[in-house]
Amino acid sequence: METQVKLTKLASCAGCGAKVGAGTLAAMLEGFHTHTDPRLIVGYDKSDDACVYVVDPQTALVQTTDFFPPIVDDPFLYGQIAAANALSDVYAMGGEPKLALNILCLPEKMDASTVQELLRGGYEKVYEAGAIIAGGHTIHGAEPIYGLAVTGFVHPDKVLTNSGAQPGDALLLTKPLGIGVLTTAAKADLVPEEVLSRIYRQMAALNKAARDIMVRYPVHSCTDVTGFGLLGHSFEMAQGSGCTIHLTADQVPYHPEALELADMGFLPAGAYRNRSYAETGVTCRRDIPRPLMDLFFDPQTSGGLLIALPEAAARACLAQLQDTIPSAACIGYVTAREDNWIVLE
Amino acid sequence: MKIIDARGLSCPEPVILLRQEMASGEHAYQILVDNHASKENTARYAEHQGYHVQVEEQDGEYTLTFTK
Repeated sequence: METQVKLTKLASCAGCGAKVGAGTLAAMLEGFHTHTDPRLIVGYDKSDDACVYVVDPQTALVQTTDFFPPIVDDPFLYGQIAAANALSDVYAMGGEPKLALNILCLPEKMDASTVQELLRGGYEKVYEAGAIIAGGHTIHGAEPIYGLAVTGFVHPDKVLTNSGAQPGDALLLTKPLGIGVLTTAAKADLVPEEVLSRIYRQMAALNKAARDIMVRYPVHSCTDVTGFGLLGHSFEMAQGSGCTIHLTADQVPYHPEALELADMGFLPAGAYRNRSYAETGVTCRRDIPRPLMDLFFDPQTSGGLLIALPEAAARACLAQLQDTIPSAACIGYVTAREDNWIVLE
Repeated sequence: MKIIDARGLSCPEPVILLRQEMASGEHAYQILVDNHASKENTARYAEHQGYHVQVEEQDGEYTLTFTK
C-alpha cells in the first residue's frame, strides 16, 4: 500500500492545463453530424460552458461535466478544486447547481484514505454550493482523474450564454490570472508557501457568490475563464457574439509572482496551445511585455467569471462584487465588430 | 559541453532538469526536447539565466544550444 502519494507526480499535466486545445477539438468535430431538439436551446453547435434543456416555461436544466488530473498534492483540496471547477460551468450559465455525480479514475495502488479524502473534498464543496452528490462512477487507470457531472436549473429566459455580448457592454473578471504558471512552477518548488495557499483558496472558491450578484443585473453574456485562458475564452465570446472585445491590459488582475516564473519558462503546454488557437484573433494596440501576454493565454483551473453587461449597470455590479470578491475588476468593453475579434490596449 | 536528453518529458520536467544542470554554472549546455512547449520553455529559462540560445529542429525534435 502506498501511504505517501504525491498526487501531482502521478499526472502528466495539471488541472485545466490538460484540456484539449480549442482548435484541436474543433478539428476533431468537423463534419460531425448532429441532430436538433427544440427544447435543447444550448447544445453541441455552441462552444458554451454547459448545455441547456427547457423543461417547462419556468424551468430549464443546465448540464455539464468537467474533470482533470491532480493539480495539488492534498487529496481533499484536489477534490474541492475539481468540484468548484465543475460547478462553475452551471454558474457561468446563470444557473444554480442541484445534483452532481462523481467521475473518478484511480491507479490501482492508491490507498483508501487518499481516495476518501478526495471524495470528501468534492462532496463538501458540492454541499457548500447548495447541491448534493448522488453517486458516480469509478474506474482504474494509470493517472488519477476526478471531476463531476453537474445538473442545475435556470429560468429559460435568464440563460447566460457566452455569445450574447453587445456593443456598449463592459467586461468584468472575478478572479486573477496566473494559476497555470504558478501550479507549473510549484512542481519545481519555486512558489512560496503563502502564494500557494493564496491560489489554493482561489481555486477552491466557488463562483456562486459572483453568480448570485451577477443575476441581479442585466447581464448579456457570461463564461468562466478556464482551460483556454482569458484570451481563448474572450475569443469564443467575441466570435459567438459577433462583436469585438477590447481588453485593457493594465486592468486585468493577475498574481504578480507569476510574471517572473513565466519569463523563466514555467508555462504549461496549454498556454502554447491557447496561443496558437487565439493568437490570430488578437490585435495589440500597445506593447505588452511577453510575460504579461503569457498570463493572458495561461490556462486557469477553476477560474473566475467573465461577465458582459451594459456599462452603466457594470459600475454598480462591480462595486457589489468587490464587497465579497476584492479581486473582481473591469477589464474591458465590447464594440461592434472591428478588424479583429480581440483588441488589447 | 554538457548534453541533456529531455525527450519524452513534458513540462515542466525539461526546465526542472535544465535548472538542476545549470546550477553547475558551465559556459555551454545542449538539451534535446521533442515538443514545442519544452523548446520554448527551456529557451526561456536559459535566456533568463543569461545564455545565448540557438535552436535546431529536425523531424519534430529540437536541439537547443545555450552558450555564455
